[in-house]
Order: sequence, then C-alpha cells, then structure tokens
Amino acid sequence: MTTLQITYFAALRDTTGYAEETLTTEMATAKALFHELTAKYHWPFAETDIQVAINDRYQSTDTLLKEGDRIVFIPPVAGG
Amino acid sequence: MLFQLTNQPIETLISSSLHPHTGGIVTFEGRVRAINDDREVSSLEYEAYPELALHEGHTIISEVLEQFDILEARAIHRTGHLAIGDIAVWIMSAAVHRKEAFAATEYIINAIKTSVPIWKKEHYSNGEAIWVRCDRCADEHNHTAKEVFSL
Repeated sequence: MTTLQITYFAALRDTTGYAEETLTTEMATAKALFHELTAKYHWPFAETDIQVAINDRYQSTDTLLKEGDRIVFIPPVAGG
Repeated sequence: MLFQLTNQPIETLISSSLHPHTGGIVTFEGRVRAINDDREVSSLEYEAYPELALHEGHTIISEVLEQFDILEARAIHRTGHLAIGDIAVWIMSAAVHRKEAFAATEYIINAIKTSVPIWKKEHYSNGEAIWVRCDRCADEHNHTAKEVFSL
C-alpha cells in the first residue's frame, strides 16, 4: 500500500469537489491509479487524454508510485 | 523571469533596456474573444498548475534561446477570470533581424498551447460554463478548439 498526495485541477477538481486528498492505494503505477480514480469519480477522459505529473514534473504513466509522491493528473491543456 | 504567471492585467510595455543588437521585436498577444465555435462567450477563466507551468514555460523559453538566432524571449500567461478583450498571453522575441523573431514567437505560443498545464473555462452568455479541450490548438491548420466537454 502506498499513501499519496493527490491534487486536482480544473475539470478533474469539478468531479471530485475538492482540490487535494491523501489517498492510500494498492495501485503500483500512475496509469493504474488513473483507472482507479476514473472509476471512483467518473472522469470523462480516456487514458490517452491524460498526462501525469509526479512531484511537479511530467512523468510516464508507467512510473511506479512511491510513498509520499505528489500526483497530479493533467487533462488536455488549453493555455494561450 | 523568462516565463511568468500573473493574476493581474498584463502590462505590455517593452523595456528599452533590450540587447543593443536588437533590430526586430515580435510580440504576440492572445486576447479573450467574444465568440468561440459559434458560441457567445462572456468571459474566460484560466487556471494553472503553477509549479509545473513555470517549469515548462522556462524550458520552452530556454529551448527557443538555444535553437533560434534570437537575443531575448519572454512570455507571460494570465490566470483567473478574464473579460472580453483582456490579454490572456503575451509573448516577445527580440532578434537582430525580424525573421527569427517571428519564428521564435510562433514556436513559443505553439509550445505553450501544447505542454504548459493551463486550463481554460469558457463562460457563455446563456450562463453555461465549459472547460475547453484544445488538444489541437497548436496545429497551424486548426487554431480553434474543436472539442468541448461539459461536466
């Protein structure tokens, strides 16, 4: 089990109703965690729509999660 | 600061203390427009993931300074609630000659749209509000958001 700090922005925060949560999970990778959270919050995104930041840097969704990681799932960006 | 986020109106005055070899400056202002995909927009809301947005923004400007024959480059992106006509993003490239400054400025806006974690919520005159998907906005043949989603 790994305990993570998860931060939600924009469309994802709208689905959770809060910006942060501490979550303990059995999921080993960011990709697996994405699917766990999609089931929980009914996110309207495919795996290929989403990027992940771990400890404030883009990482592969295959990255193994470590105790205390800060995780941010990033839906398609729309700056500019 | 090469790349900044601000929740205050963007000041677009360019310092006169640019590199003395500067002969051409190209600026780009992205402004909030009153219509998008045939819908009447009343305002926009930009939200950033600041720690990563600043890192990615600095990386973009640093890459441009290495890859283009320019002297200076900067970009500022707004966050918060913006009204029609407000400046959402401001970009400046300075070069000895104009050609490289145009190319660098276009590269920067395309890269910001692709990789900087900033999101845009459009508020419409009928009261609805939608987070805009802009997956292909950096494509030069497709400057408008083609997909939107509602939550």
